[in-house]
Amino acid sequence: MSAVFEQIFQVGFLAAIIRIATPLAFATLGEMFSERAGVLNLGIEGIMLLSAMAGFTAASLSGSLWLGVLVAVLVGALMGALHALFTVALGLSQHVCGIGVTLFCSGLAYFLYRLIFGQQSVPPSIDGFKPVPIPLLADIPVLGPAVFNQFTLVYLAIIAIPLAALVLYRTPWGLSVRMVGENPRAADSAGVSVVATRFQAVILGGALMGLAGAFLTMAQFNAFTFGVVSGRGWVAIALVVFGRWDPWRSAGAALLFAFVDALQLRMQASGLGHIPYEAFLMLPFIFTIVAMAFMSRNAVAPSALLKPFRREER
Amino acid sequence: MLRLEARTSTPAWFNLALPLIAIAVTLVLCSGLIAVAGAGVVEAYGVMLSASLGDSYAITETLVRAAPMIFTGLAVAIAFRAKFWNIGAEGQLLAGAVASCFVGAIPMPGYLAMLLMALVGAAAGALVALVPATLRVKFKVDDVVSSLLLNSVIYYALMALIEGRWKDTFSGYPISPPIEDSANLPVLIEGTRLHLGVVVALIAAPLCWFLIARTTLGFRIRVTGENPEAARYGGINVQRVLLSTALLSGALAGLAGVGEVGGVHFQVMSDISPGYGYSGIVVAMLARLNPLGVVPAAIFLAAVMTGAEAMSRATGVPAFLSDVIQGTALLAMLVALLFTAYRIRRVGAQA
Repeated sequence: MSAVFEQIFQVGFLAAIIRIATPLAFATLGEMFSERAGVLNLGIEGIMLLSAMAGFTAASLSGSLWLGVLVAVLVGALMGALHALFTVALGLSQHVCGIGVTLFCSGLAYFLYRLIFGQQSVPPSIDGFKPVPIPLLADIPVLGPAVFNQFTLVYLAIIAIPLAALVLYRTPWGLSVRMVGENPRAADSAGVSVVATRFQAVILGGALMGLAGAFLTMAQFNAFTFGVVSGRGWVAIALVVFGRWDPWRSAGAALLFAFVDALQLRMQASGLGHIPYEAFLMLPFIFTIVAMAFMSRNAVAPSALLKPFRREER
Repeated sequence: MLRLEARTSTPAWFNLALPLIAIAVTLVLCSGLIAVAGAGVVEAYGVMLSASLGDSYAITETLVRAAPMIFTGLAVAIAFRAKFWNIGAEGQLLAGAVASCFVGAIPMPGYLAMLLMALVGAAAGALVALVPATLRVKFKVDDVVSSLLLNSVIYYALMALIEGRWKDTFSGYPISPPIEDSANLPVLIEGTRLHLGVVVALIAAPLCWFLIARTTLGFRIRVTGENPEAARYGGINVQRVLLSTALLSGALAGLAGVGEVGGVHFQVMSDISPGYGYSGIVVAMLARLNPLGVVPAAIFLAAVMTGAEAMSRATGVPAFLSDVIQGTALLAMLVALLFTAYRIRRVGAQA
């Protein structure tokens, strides 16, 4: 047990947690904005995959990583708009549309990847982002090298959390988002456009999911493989519930999940007894389900979540 | 300006034509991707059609592929009728496959083995489906997310088995030992892979239709899905209906796994299902949650899958086109459904 304890406080372990948490934080914040406006986005898994593929392809063909990030964000926003078109403009079932968007995006990602790169035994890779140490802060013992010698996208995620809280709680737009998610009728009477606000929130959410995908193929793995997202999108949806639709708590949930995931990676590597490694792989998913069971009872979802809004129907 | 206006009635022909319109729109949209891939659209769809429905062998192959999707389609259709959002048919299928493989490896008379495989496989699927349903009823956990997450859990459990206890020590491949030859589902037409499970799937659809349309449980499922408040007021135990629905839905998805083990692969491997559980959602929606419609919808998707591989070999268009077609078909069908309740009206600028 003490050996496990020692490992937790290693720089490498802390750095691993931060790296695992980053895409989850982007995805969770993205899903949170969407749900705060009243739109569940089950397209997240597919949106992350398509963005990961598009970002990787753009970076690989142009040689510019930031162009790749930009493309991933734009693709994510575009797919967010697609989901909003179905659920907000047309008022279709959010559950089924989300699954449809995921199927569509995943199919398209694999189709286009195969079309562009063909079938290769070793997947093509790129020179991904390199850690950028922040002067002075990087010299703090343990915390410095773990947190402040990271990819630029990690810093972006760290900044995104307070920024999301600021936008959601302290700006007029954030107020509109919360209103259309809680009581669209009242928001409509107050002159807030429900449709426009929801569109904006879902598109912003999609852009953040795109960032999550970009991180996977351009910082974490530097290649696009078929299991590159492997359920991270679904986990993000659970983390939003776990984080009670709040930016800070959601980011905390992402960090907690990353801790469990990093721990299982360590335990796998240390070859604990004869426990099959798959037992560790399923651990984060079981953890998420159990955590949801504890959190869901007094979870307060936005009241208008899943409910389409049609102005003429009163 | 265009706007949606509620319909007072929907013409009958429209209800029937709807899935066909959705499929037509899907094929037109996806022909863009074929063109991007540099192949002739007519040629590519032609190869798909002849390879999936062109001769009697192709038709049997398509039916073999349709069987698991009929089961998962029924599983999803029945669950969605009660608004139990079972997105976990994939995991339930895998559980059914693993459980039936355990039973099928035990030497016993063939008919007994097949019966036990079906029972145990269905029970395994039902048990998995019971988890999200119980979590929803007891802890208010969103069933979409929990059933989705459970798919990954079951998948890793399957991997642990075939890379651990079941691993083929001879070849070292991560596959389970084969089931007994006597437990193999009988082939119905010599020289094809058309097995007994396909017929069972085709019979299951009208049975499910009967259950939904003509029995008390079916009535309760429909009322619970359409209006839980009214169901409760009418003395229906909504929670119990949800649990029953989950058992039924999971059992059907489990049977999809049994059919794949007993009739197609005779063992379990990591890619025993190419996402049949998710395809079940597309099938159920194309069928408008009607169990009878599940059969043609599943055959359509199976034809697309079988045809896509041949198209890929002949024209070089990636076979992943079939996944794009599935996703597009689901979205197109949803939009099409909108027009059963609404129609587009051109209204003046003042509106």
